[in-house]
Amino acid sequence: MSMPMYVSPEQLMKDKADFARKGIARGRAAIGCTFADGVLLCAENPSNTLRKVSEIYDRIGFVGVGRYNEFDSLRKGGVRHADLKGFMYSREDVDARSLANLYAETLGGYFTHEPKPLEIEMLVGEMGEEPDGDQLFHLLYDGTVMDMRTFAVIGGEADVIRGRFEETWSRDADLSAAVGAAVAALAGPDRTLSADDLEVAVLERPNSRRAFRRIEGDELDGLLA
Amino acid sequence: MNLPLFRPQDDPGPSFLGLLDHLGLGPTESFQGAVGVDPGLAPHATTVVAVRHSDGVIMAGDRRATSGNLISHRSIEKVFPADRHSGVAISGTAGIAMEMVRLFQLQLEHYEKVEGKALSLDGKANQLSQMVRSNLPLAMQGLVVVPLFAGYDHRQDTGRLFQYDVTGGRYEERDHAATGSGMLHASTVVKLRYRDGMTEDEAVDVVVEALFQAADEDSATGGPDLIRGIYPVVASITAEGFERLDDQRVSDRTTALLDALVGNLSGGGPSS
Repeated sequence: MSMPMYVSPEQLMKDKADFARKGIARGRAAIGCTFADGVLLCAENPSNTLRKVSEIYDRIGFVGVGRYNEFDSLRKGGVRHADLKGFMYSREDVDARSLANLYAETLGGYFTHEPKPLEIEMLVGEMGEEPDGDQLFHLLYDGTVMDMRTFAVIGGEADVIRGRFEETWSRDADLSAAVGAAVAALAGPDRTLSADDLEVAVLERPNSRRAFRRIEGDELDGLLA
Repeated sequence: MNLPLFRPQDDPGPSFLGLLDHLGLGPTESFQGAVGVDPGLAPHATTVVAVRHSDGVIMAGDRRATSGNLISHRSIEKVFPADRHSGVAISGTAGIAMEMVRLFQLQLEHYEKVEGKALSLDGKANQLSQMVRSNLPLAMQGLVVVPLFAGYDHRQDTGRLFQYDVTGGRYEERDHAATGSGMLHASTVVKLRYRDGMTEDEAVDVVVEALFQAADEDSATGGPDLIRGIYPVVASITAEGFERLDDQRVSDRTTALLDALVGNLSGGGPSS
């Protein structure tokens, strides 16, 4: 009788993490940050139809990077969870924290129990009634969840981009300054990104019930000019 | 609550109702064994009208709900936004109708978020038709819901409106539609006053008068309540979207109408 080959748990986890990190590093990056009027979600995405940035609920937005089919199915799960919760209780009872926890559980479950971990990284952004309530949840492939009130960078070359963005980000920036800083950080010193390479959306405070708004076309051109 | 994730073959797609069914939370189709529900038991919402004008559609509804011969609510609302560019107005059993509206709103928003793109106006009208149809078992027991649906169609650049029947039949009307107990009187007024290419203001005057005349003849339709300051709900749907007109504007138009009527009728009672 042959014995199954022994692999230590440390090695197994490390291999899975390396695998997931490699998959994520291949993709382009995205930034989520708070600004004066809410939360900005900005991704480098040359596709105009396969979205990385999406609306989840009235005040909740989503950005995913990595394998499209994997983060898109979690995005749909998030929309379903939020709509169900709002239908069964009330719209006010839907919050990003519980959604982020569910995402973390799901990612952690895949990482530990499935042969292949999910090769994705996600941000869940929530706009508060007041600027103090603005929040971002950063989710890693292994189920790690971090909450922040400043900004988060996900995807390939995230560390470099984070370094660049740290210097230009400001909590009190208006929309055009925030978009400018995010796009410059994503592009780096040697590239310029045009509206076609970007997917930008905001959760903006003076908006009506559904605060999520895509910024595209002429409006985005204007902000980048 | 967990995260509703599905295998591709079980995925309910962009339908919120499909999702509810999948999870066993769908609306109950019929009350088993119930044969006809006493009309005094459940409040009934009445007259709503919709009129097309040059920039879109005006929808309006009176504020009364009745249980049998009693007035159960004086300030109920029967006109709701369905999404940014469409509205729905209800008549029939109020509780079921409001739940239907809530589900309909969610259904449209859910589709838009899951698919990343809003339904076409015909698609929305069709969805509502299926929801009315699925209420048929309850309608047979007396819990009828008959809505109106109107929206701005960006593909055709025009306002459009749809009428329904209790079986879910969907009928697109060109110019105007009404439903509810006062519909006969309301639609007569609209029919007589309607002109092609009316402005929004003119259309508001038409619906205010239509509801006033319906209330004058039909006990289940409420007229403007000047004492409490309760006026019909009037909503405008244009290329810019759904907007409920503020009460002041409706109250001004009502006062203008009342003044004109007083002028016409100042001859006094029946001649003897």
